[in-house]
Amino acid sequence: MRADGNPLKSSTFRLSALYLLFFLLSTIALLGYIYFNTVGLLQRQNEETIGAEVAGLVDQYGTQGLEGLIAAINRRIEAKSPMLFMLADAQGAYLAGNLHTPSINALPDNQWIDFAIRLGDADGTVGHQVRGFNMQLPQDYQLIVGQDVEDLNQFLIVIRKAFYWGLALALAMGLGGGYLISRNFLRRIDAITDSSREIMHGNLSGRMPTSGSGDELDRLAQSLNEMLGQIEKLVQGMREVSSNVAHDLRTPLTRLRARIEAALRQENPNEYKTTMEQTLADSDALLSTFNAVLSITQLESGEQRSNLQVLDAHEILEDVVDLYAPLAEENHGALVLNSTPGLFVRGKREIMAQALTNLVDNAMKYGESKSGGARIEVSGIKQGQDIIITVSDNGPGIPDSDKPRVLQRFVRLDESRSKPGNGLGLSLVASVANLLNGKIILKSNLPGLRAELHLPYAAPDG
Amino acid sequence: MPAESAASLTNAPREGTESAMRILVVEDDKDAASWLVKGLKESGHVVDHASDGEQGLDMAGEAVYDVLIVDRMLPKLDGLKLIRSLRDQNNKVPILILSALNDVDERVNGLRSGGDDYLAKPYSFAELLARVEGLGARKLLDPKDAKLRVLDLEIDLMTRTISRGGKAIILQPREFKLLEYLVRNAGHIVTRTMLLENVWDYHFDPQTNVIDVHVSRLRGKLDKGFATPLLQTVRGAGYMIRAR
Repeated sequence: MRADGNPLKSSTFRLSALYLLFFLLSTIALLGYIYFNTVGLLQRQNEETIGAEVAGLVDQYGTQGLEGLIAAINRRIEAKSPMLFMLADAQGAYLAGNLHTPSINALPDNQWIDFAIRLGDADGTVGHQVRGFNMQLPQDYQLIVGQDVEDLNQFLIVIRKAFYWGLALALAMGLGGGYLISRNFLRRIDAITDSSREIMHGNLSGRMPTSGSGDELDRLAQSLNEMLGQIEKLVQGMREVSSNVAHDLRTPLTRLRARIEAALRQENPNEYKTTMEQTLADSDALLSTFNAVLSITQLESGEQRSNLQVLDAHEILEDVVDLYAPLAEENHGALVLNSTPGLFVRGKREIMAQALTNLVDNAMKYGESKSGGARIEVSGIKQGQDIIITVSDNGPGIPDSDKPRVLQRFVRLDESRSKPGNGLGLSLVASVANLLNGKIILKSNLPGLRAELHLPYAAPDG
Repeated sequence: MPAESAASLTNAPREGTESAMRILVVEDDKDAASWLVKGLKESGHVVDHASDGEQGLDMAGEAVYDVLIVDRMLPKLDGLKLIRSLRDQNNKVPILILSALNDVDERVNGLRSGGDDYLAKPYSFAELLARVEGLGARKLLDPKDAKLRVLDLEIDLMTRTISRGGKAIILQPREFKLLEYLVRNAGHIVTRTMLLENVWDYHFDPQTNVIDVHVSRLRGKLDKGFATPLLQTVRGAGYMIRAR
């Protein structure tokens, strides 16, 4: 199955389209501002020039009369002034200047006028636009001073065209770019979707593709991959546990069944009773295995995390040592406690005691030295921000290569399984450590095993 | 449970069951109930059975029972609600809660609701019987007494001293607690699990049997030099201090 990846429907495309819209709007606003300012500025300059000329000529007329005015106009024309002039009498007849028509009387007086140069109008180029001022002089003489604004208009047209093209280009590039970007983005999303589908269909070792650029998609893919790694580990663990459970429960169940079957064939009531007693013992062992699995499951669910309270681990150590010391002596060994009050941790007496009894139990079972019983030391110290509870023995210990393995469920190094146990003791300790935000570390006691339970120190309330 | 729980259920009248008790079993699982009723009857008790919570509440109100055995999960009326209703009616009958949930919090809930003891399924019948008989027994000793006396044994709870036949016995604090619990239940079987729960306050089973050593040490101090042993081992069940 391939993810349905139409780039036009992608959120990236919608986003880039929206972005494009805002970009265009702001561009239009900016260009419009520039355009109207430029136009305004050029027109103002134009008008100021014309205005200055008009003022100068009116001045000439005032001081030197009509003759002076005509002379001034002619001087300007001879000096190749870019301006257009026309002086007419009250009837509108041409008197002077390089502009001949238009019919000046039809034009409004004392106002800005715009007109196009017609054939024979002027010495200027036919068809060009002119902007000018129609000045009414005393004795009804009329003076038009104007300027060819064709260049200005052309310039404005060019600018407008440039703006239109610019906008069209931005639109096209924005849409095209948005399409390409979203297609590229979509490809990566599709790749992730495909990977997740593949994983969903059972390939738990599959991972999300990364581009190596370290961008947000890569970061997403990386954290998804970390999550997948965790899930794979958990599922792996579950699978192992289920197969272990199947194995570790099937063996005693098979034995149980065989024994009952044999008992049913027997005639001798005495043997019958022995068989029944063995069967009961077997089922008790099975039940305790079940209970241990349930305890671990419960610990791992983390439900009890809300019921933790600050307590002194020293008291728990004391109680457990008190419980086990007589048994250790009975087995020609020793169990000593080496700790002082003040080992405050956030925990729960019951589960901590259970974890500790498991460690002591293990030490008693597997910690016997060649010279005799197990010599076990239980100690508790505060080191930095950690409370370290140690159970050490002088037995054969655990080879380094097996240390990580023994924390797993149902793993027993004692291949012969000559000692009673279900291979869950250390798993439970690990679960307790995990629940209490601590860890279990197995070290070598040279010789022997040194199991360290590290728990975070918690300042006592009040 | 250790291998020894290979029960001696059918072992004819045991010393613990001195008087027949009237017991109500409130359990919806037919097989479990009939097995329970049969076992309790064989142990010499009079047993009634209710198969749901409402029926249990009715029956407990109609007759006087020495002990109620109540399953935690019941149809119609939940086990804990049943117990609460009974306690609201000021019914003080001792109640043993049976539950498939073996969780410390669950146990605390059960006892808070008014249960007197809590036993997680699956359990051995010997364990259940010991607890039921312990609950139902009319206590020989007043809990307010400062001195506990059984035969020639005397425990002074104020001075925390023990004497047997006038001879002082020195015990460690934990041994004292162990003996006190056994003596309070004198004449009744006390299982290893009951000792772990009541003397050590542990509600889990250690993988090794640690209780026996403590009891045998206590026995050494208690019975040494005396003709009649006070502290008995009841095979397949637990321990008992003789009351007579």
